[in-house]
Amino acid sequence: MRRLLNLQPSKPLRLALFLAPLGALLLAYLVFSDARLAENPQDRLLPAFSTMGDTLLRMATEPDRRSGELLFWLDTRVSLQRLALGVGLGALTALILGVASGLLPLAGASLSPFLAIIAMIPPLAILPILLIAFGVGELAKVLLIAIGVGPFIARDLEGRVRELPRELLIKAQTLGAGTWQTLWHVVLPQITPRLFDAIRLSLGAAWLFLIAAEAIASTEGLGYRIFLMRRYLAMDLILPYVAWMTLLAWLLDYGLRVLSRRLFPWYGAAGNKR
Amino acid sequence: MSELVLKNVGKRYGETVVLERLNLTLTAGDFCAVVGASGAGKSTFLKLLLSELQPSEGTITLGGRPLPPEPGPERGVVYQRYSVFPHLSVLDNVRFGLERTHGDPLFGRTWGARRRALRAEAEALVDAVGLSAARDRFPGALSGGMQQRLALAQTLALKPELLLLDEPFGALDPGNKKAAHDLLKTLWRDRGMTVVMVTHDLSEAFTLAKRVLVLDKTREDPHNPERYGASLTYDIPVDNGLPPREAAPRELSA
Repeated sequence: MRRLLNLQPSKPLRLALFLAPLGALLLAYLVFSDARLAENPQDRLLPAFSTMGDTLLRMATEPDRRSGELLFWLDTRVSLQRLALGVGLGALTALILGVASGLLPLAGASLSPFLAIIAMIPPLAILPILLIAFGVGELAKVLLIAIGVGPFIARDLEGRVRELPRELLIKAQTLGAGTWQTLWHVVLPQITPRLFDAIRLSLGAAWLFLIAAEAIASTEGLGYRIFLMRRYLAMDLILPYVAWMTLLAWLLDYGLRVLSRRLFPWYGAAGNKR
Repeated sequence: MSELVLKNVGKRYGETVVLERLNLTLTAGDFCAVVGASGAGKSTFLKLLLSELQPSEGTITLGGRPLPPEPGPERGVVYQRYSVFPHLSVLDNVRFGLERTHGDPLFGRTWGARRRALRAEAEALVDAVGLSAARDRFPGALSGGMQQRLALAQTLALKPELLLLDEPFGALDPGNKKAAHDLLKTLWRDRGMTVVMVTHDLSEAFTLAKRVLVLDKTREDPHNPERYGASLTYDIPVDNGLPPREAAPRELSA
């Protein structure tokens, strides 16, 4: 018998092991849901899959009676837009500040401690301030996401820029590049795939801030909808919405990973093995 | 052609003296190797020549003018690692210097006929170091020996007056090292630049260089080992079978 730490799963076993916890979760849900529904067909806590499917289908295909909108798609569109704007704004600002702070000692002397302090502010604690200052419109929500992920990404990129081998910066200068050209031709291209990594890592936090902002002040959006439906104990809508958000989050992460590999074939192990 | 002259150069960090009383004259086209034990200040010496560090005392002149205070295209450098840009293809690595020095002042890019001419120049250099087949690959996909050949081509594209080599072949296996040595000898003979190579490999120093300089401490204070720094203790002329360099015409850029 080989040692446990040397045992590798075969391909079919790997698949089985991958599916096992997901299957167990679904099965457990089915068992408990059936048990509760058998006792009380009106039970709302663990709705049957068919009920959830019907509810989701209705949300996705039947216009809302009041607004005439397809609420599921409206919520999805609005939430993704807020997420994209917030993360985009945060990442762009972070790229500028992080690279400046990491590359230029003069900028770093001022930005580095400043970013360290800003990153310590709990973003949700300033949500009231944002709501007071910018109202309950889109801006406050987008800014919350941007402020939530920006300092994290900026500090990450600052570190990444400082990790760039000193040799490369000297080398660029011996090849005739000044500050700006070194930034443009050496630092930015090498830091962009790392920006993708940082964005992927911060997406979880971005979703958190999105849902928090929507729960508190919004009239549509995925987070708004599930908190609205909480009042009616509408688990048949909340559960599929959570699953949908999980899928969206995974797709975003996967998409960024694929895009990064496409755009930067030289980056990481993939580039070295070409 | 430019002469490199060091007069009484020293480098100290606070109380710690790393280098002291360095006096050296390298005539144009010299190939000198600097050897010394670890911690003898070889890297510091190279950083001084590169202006990555400023000397604490003394003066360095290149071609009669004081060494510029920042690294620039008059001096090229090849390191043991991190010499080439991982995000650029082999050809683009060689084009880097040409584009930056001939391009517009903001982005350092060229267009049209000049771009094509520079590209052809870079392609010729890639061929000269035997990397034509790998022209479009990224450095990560190259062997260590190929990366160092690329680093040489990239640096030589700007025809630096002074070529600085920091343990350039230290990480190569014997076969690749031999090939890289032969390439460097050929390039040096053809192009006639002044070369300063820092190495801890004595046989490499004596195979390649015309002069071998030894960095070592001449004075020791047993109670305060940091009081005295290393200096140049030997300057050994080497007859390694290379024909004495005649005044080969330096290639002038068109």
